[in-house]
Amino acid sequence: MKKTLFDKIWDSHVVESIPNGPDILYIDKHLIHEVTSPQAFNELKERSIPVFRPEQIVATADHNTPTQDQHLPVKDLLSRKQLKELSQNCEENHITLYGLGHPYNGIVHVMAPELGITQPGMTIVCGDSHTSTHGAFGTIAFGIGTSQVTQVFASQCLLVEKPKKLRVNVNGNLKNGVLPKDVILYIISKLGTNSGTGYFCEYAGNVFEEMSMEGRMTVCNMSIEMGARGGLIAPDQTTIDYVEGREFAPKAAEFEKMKAHWATLKTDEDAEFDQEYSFEAEDIEPMITYGTNPGMGIKLTGAIPIEGNKSDAKALAYMNFKPGETLLEKPINYIFIGSCTNSRIEDFRVAASYIKGKQKAENVNALIVPGSRQVAEQIKAEGLDKIFEEAGFILRQPGCSACLAMNDDKIPEGEYCVSTSNRNFEGRQGPGSRTILASPLTTAATAISGKISDYTQNLN
Amino acid sequence: MEKFIKLTDTVVPLDAENVDTDQIIPARFLKATDKEGFGENLFRDWRYAKNGEPNEDFILNQDKYSGSILLAGNNFGCGSSREHAAWAIKAYGFKAVVSSYFADIFKGNALNNGLLPVQVSPGFLSKLFVAIEKDSEEKISIDLEEQKISIQSSGESESFDIDPYKKTCLINGYDDIDFLTSKLGAIKNFEQKRSGKETVPQETI
Repeated sequence: MKKTLFDKIWDSHVVESIPNGPDILYIDKHLIHEVTSPQAFNELKERSIPVFRPEQIVATADHNTPTQDQHLPVKDLLSRKQLKELSQNCEENHITLYGLGHPYNGIVHVMAPELGITQPGMTIVCGDSHTSTHGAFGTIAFGIGTSQVTQVFASQCLLVEKPKKLRVNVNGNLKNGVLPKDVILYIISKLGTNSGTGYFCEYAGNVFEEMSMEGRMTVCNMSIEMGARGGLIAPDQTTIDYVEGREFAPKAAEFEKMKAHWATLKTDEDAEFDQEYSFEAEDIEPMITYGTNPGMGIKLTGAIPIEGNKSDAKALAYMNFKPGETLLEKPINYIFIGSCTNSRIEDFRVAASYIKGKQKAENVNALIVPGSRQVAEQIKAEGLDKIFEEAGFILRQPGCSACLAMNDDKIPEGEYCVSTSNRNFEGRQGPGSRTILASPLTTAATAISGKISDYTQNLN
Repeated sequence: MEKFIKLTDTVVPLDAENVDTDQIIPARFLKATDKEGFGENLFRDWRYAKNGEPNEDFILNQDKYSGSILLAGNNFGCGSSREHAAWAIKAYGFKAVVSSYFADIFKGNALNNGLLPVQVSPGFLSKLFVAIEKDSEEKISIDLEEQKISIQSSGESESFDIDPYKKTCLINGYDDIDFLTSKLGAIKNFEQKRSGKETVPQETI
């Protein structure tokens, strides 16, 4: 039978199928962080169950960590307690932790790929819905709840029903200034926030084939925002070149062996999908969101749809926008470049290339948060830090930061924030905050003009 | 895990679509290291004004609505994977959530905590909202064994789907950990069978 990429990886990881029930799916890598793991460790302790395969677990601290003075004790007592429990739990259970201050520390979905922990053909889970990011390497990667974290601790497996299969094709030539973030925001705006529920999504077409690994990660990252459990892209030479030589990637003969295996990881011609959508690259423009879910997106120069139901009206009331209006010329006082969606070196390069030689508008608070220590080092090595500082941007230490505002990096009530993060839910960036999702380029341009503007004419 | 077999109760109607887990329990309450106390902050930013006073417009603050069944609009529980959302709903006192669509991760989290997600057709969901609006004392019955949800006054009912394995777990109060730890032999065999050729190079970490 013809198989999809998803089938091939899934089927090779099924330990057993329960008749009329879920599969027992073997998990190659389990990533954990401070927020969704403590209750799982407690549950194990209460039930006297040991961690089954600690060597297949990697931990980082990212969600509630401060982005300033990371060498000092964490001021927030609850966060400090949570981080301390993570350290203790990892130590007691022999789990590798790249905690605050470690050179490998960073947002879980940034540090694992850059260290070569993420490799094609794997199954990867984490108690975080943006685990879909790792699908960029041709992996089955998805977010899980804390009960499932406990299950993986106990058995290195999960009981899961095999999702249905969805393919999204984008072919053609992207316009100048259209970034991977725009591509995924466009797809979600067309399909809606629950079109992917129950599915795993494969992205196919020359647009994804020509994307860098970092771009593919941005796309796969937001699969969950259309409801899909995960998204994946077939591994190719770009993937192999990215993985090769990374800290935990296989080396020498082992790498050659794995390369041969990775080459088999593609969807067979004529394999069937339960659902398929196709889009033209030429139709995609820089995107922004105007509402309180990521599906509420329009092109930068577009107008908010006039038609809408009660929930849409509620979202517009929260955002203080009106149906039919455009967002151009709206003053913006906050911008954020960061999060597991857009905090890799290419994101900062593209932002810096626009910012270079310019100044942020006076009204704007511009926050830049790298995804990992390694990205932060790279920013310095390339001199991007100088560009940001000279333009009046604040460059902080790595973490999830203002994406979900668990630390002090919050957007004040009522303020708009043009943000490279992944969710524009009510209060996501702080109680009462209003988030407008966009690419790093649109976000950088907004910081310079102090308002939403059509910068595309000024691009080289 | 607490068993779920049959429930007949009044309903709290939350007429909103795409209720995301950030609304169910905002991220700032995720710093706890145990499962206690999340019920107090369920729907925190909808339920309370900034000064901490209850927001009278919000459904949980309206005395005429009570009960252990939460009725909600399409695509309930979208967003983050935080199981704290299921814990918060359960801790508040709800035992079942009824909607026309649930986000995948939330649905799994609910089932793992003995909170039953009941997915009904959009048409039946509207009927439920209408019935509750007409009479806030209206009761709804959810029979897990029969996989049936019904409106008590009119007798109108609809059947709902649930994974047969999960149904057995809920009815008996088992959870997946009991099951998986009973399978460690098979899991070890699987590991051995594929070692040497497969996707996990032995020296990765």
